[in-house]
Amino acid sequence: MTEQTNSLVQIRDLYKRFSISGDLLDQLQFKGGKIVRHQEYVHAINGVNLDVMQGEALCVVGESGCGKSTVARTVMGLLNPTSGQIAYKGERIDHLNDRQILPFRKKMQMIFQNPYASLNPRMTIQQTLQEPIQFHNPNMSAAEVRDKIHEVMFSVGVDPTWGERYSHEFSGGQRQRISIARALAVDPEFIVADEPISALDVSIQAQVLNLMMDAQEQRNLTYLFITHDLSVVEHFGTRVAVMYLGTVCELAPTKQLFSQPRHPYTQALLSAIPRLEDDRPDYIKLIGEVPTPVNLPSGCVFHGRCPHANERCRQEIPVLRMLDDGTQVACHGVEENRL
Amino acid sequence: MPLLEVNHLEVCFGLRSGSVKALRDVSFTLERGERLGVVGESGAGKSVLGFSILNLLSRPGFISSGHVNFEGKDLASLSPSELRSIRGNRISMIFQDPMMTLNPVLTIGDQMVECLLAHRKISMADAKRVALQKLKQVQIPSPEKRLDQYPHELSGGMRQRIVIAIGLLLDPDIIIADEPTTALDVTIQAEIMDLMLDLCEKNNVALILITHDLGVVSQVTQKMLVMYAGRIIEQGPTKEIINDAQHPYTQGLMNALPQMALPGQKLNQIRGSMPPLQNIPRGCAFNPRCEYAFETCKHNLPSFTQSGNCLVACHMVAEMKQVAAHKEEL
Repeated sequence: MTEQTNSLVQIRDLYKRFSISGDLLDQLQFKGGKIVRHQEYVHAINGVNLDVMQGEALCVVGESGCGKSTVARTVMGLLNPTSGQIAYKGERIDHLNDRQILPFRKKMQMIFQNPYASLNPRMTIQQTLQEPIQFHNPNMSAAEVRDKIHEVMFSVGVDPTWGERYSHEFSGGQRQRISIARALAVDPEFIVADEPISALDVSIQAQVLNLMMDAQEQRNLTYLFITHDLSVVEHFGTRVAVMYLGTVCELAPTKQLFSQPRHPYTQALLSAIPRLEDDRPDYIKLIGEVPTPVNLPSGCVFHGRCPHANERCRQEIPVLRMLDDGTQVACHGVEENRL
Repeated sequence: MPLLEVNHLEVCFGLRSGSVKALRDVSFTLERGERLGVVGESGAGKSVLGFSILNLLSRPGFISSGHVNFEGKDLASLSPSELRSIRGNRISMIFQDPMMTLNPVLTIGDQMVECLLAHRKISMADAKRVALQKLKQVQIPSPEKRLDQYPHELSGGMRQRIVIAIGLLLDPDIIIADEPTTALDVTIQAEIMDLMLDLCEKNNVALILITHDLGVVSQVTQKMLVMYAGRIIEQGPTKEIINDAQHPYTQGLMNALPQMALPGQKLNQIRGSMPPLQNIPRGCAFNPRCEYAFETCKHNLPSFTQSGNCLVACHMVAEMKQVAAHKEEL
């Protein structure tokens, strides 16, 4: 795999499908006098190529079921890709076994959506933070570990004297701070955040986002930030990848994406954000709903809901193309200058 | 006389550790056909308010004082059977998660017909006709087919449309919608909100929209109330509050929205978090988080001050206005 300049994580031709047909006996069906084996798959990711650059916050947005969380989990090695490659600083990591991946685990950490579920209720905060530090730094002395815990708790704005408390004694915002502290405890370079603020209230969301931005500045972190909330993206992201049904349909610097969305789906998505200013904006109405990822549409995955679809869109799968202004978009219409 | 008038409503939850007041001194009115937004963070009491209007609170929650007057009748004091004739019939409710509200073992048609038969003297065939007509109203594709389908066969957006159709079945006067689009994606949310707005306008139905999303409230409602720790802290015309919020908490909420800060800049956060209901600070509940708070705020509960067309529960409203005016002069 060729290494690109300052790209930290490379995702190449990533495919992930999940079998939903159960075990062998469930798969056998009686059809036309014969017993046939019938398998069905959810095609969660279909050929995703992404580069996460050193020091940026790459946001992945999309509606539920578009595969954005699957991308996050596959990058972290929590799921094995069906095919494709993932590389960290040029080294392929997707096929490593548990032992081989350990040094990478220390550099890549994850923050999950629901802080009520991602913290162990039977562990004190001290224990929660201690575990990853000791696991990844077996040579650290007890005093050093204690200092480290103190430092990360302080840096996320949680009083270090609360270490003996359990997670249920904290509010949602504080819990999410603690999960961020847990991720920061091993001094990672790269953090995957899967909807880290969507379970929180507006005023708390702002606190947690600020905290994540501070941490990025101080520790020179790189984020892969998964969210469905476009207004957060506008604020937080360096670049944005918009996903639809397992494929990236547009990838652009944040400012550009918001000022001039090119893909029809991105346009519809942006127009649907409820804004404070206008009374009843004319949003672009999409026809129908997201098709199931079990039977993917032919051609462009978006053609069934796209107001500009033509025959080519129904047959040929569009690929991401770089436009003059640096936006990458997967749309025949844009390529043909129809849109 | 307003259609619905809530007067000094107080709701208690009797817990082993003592009783907790989830709502305190909540008063507002709703006119026929009016759309009211109820905004607040989780734990502010907005859902409890929705539930207590129809007296749907289950133990250990109960209305400890106050009145809910609907066309002159106090819903808080009605018997269960009298209440049943109003619930679903005159005032209906739409909940957040359509998967939890629909019965998974009944077809859509059965659930709709059941609701009609319970409230009206109507034949099965007529009930089916009404159900079909309502499904058409909520713009469900091929409605005839849906009547025989089960909830799990439909997508989230479609299920919420069905729930709205059921809410509209008996042509109610008021719909209480508790976070109706929170479980849905933005594109679907936009469609559902549009649909609800249309239906309310067409049928002259009043809407109480409970949500944490200020964007949705600003687009759908005419009037709004902001809740904090069980109390209303600000109420008035939605436009005025959105454009010129008076209460420091409302201001904080608006400013915390990512769209209010420049990209890459820090967001304006409100420090701390909402106090638990067992442990509400003395005086103004917001005072420990408020940047304008001074001595009075720590001891005395603020009463409502009229400011423009809005009612604001804050000691500092007048002072803040002076400061703002002073700044403008400079």
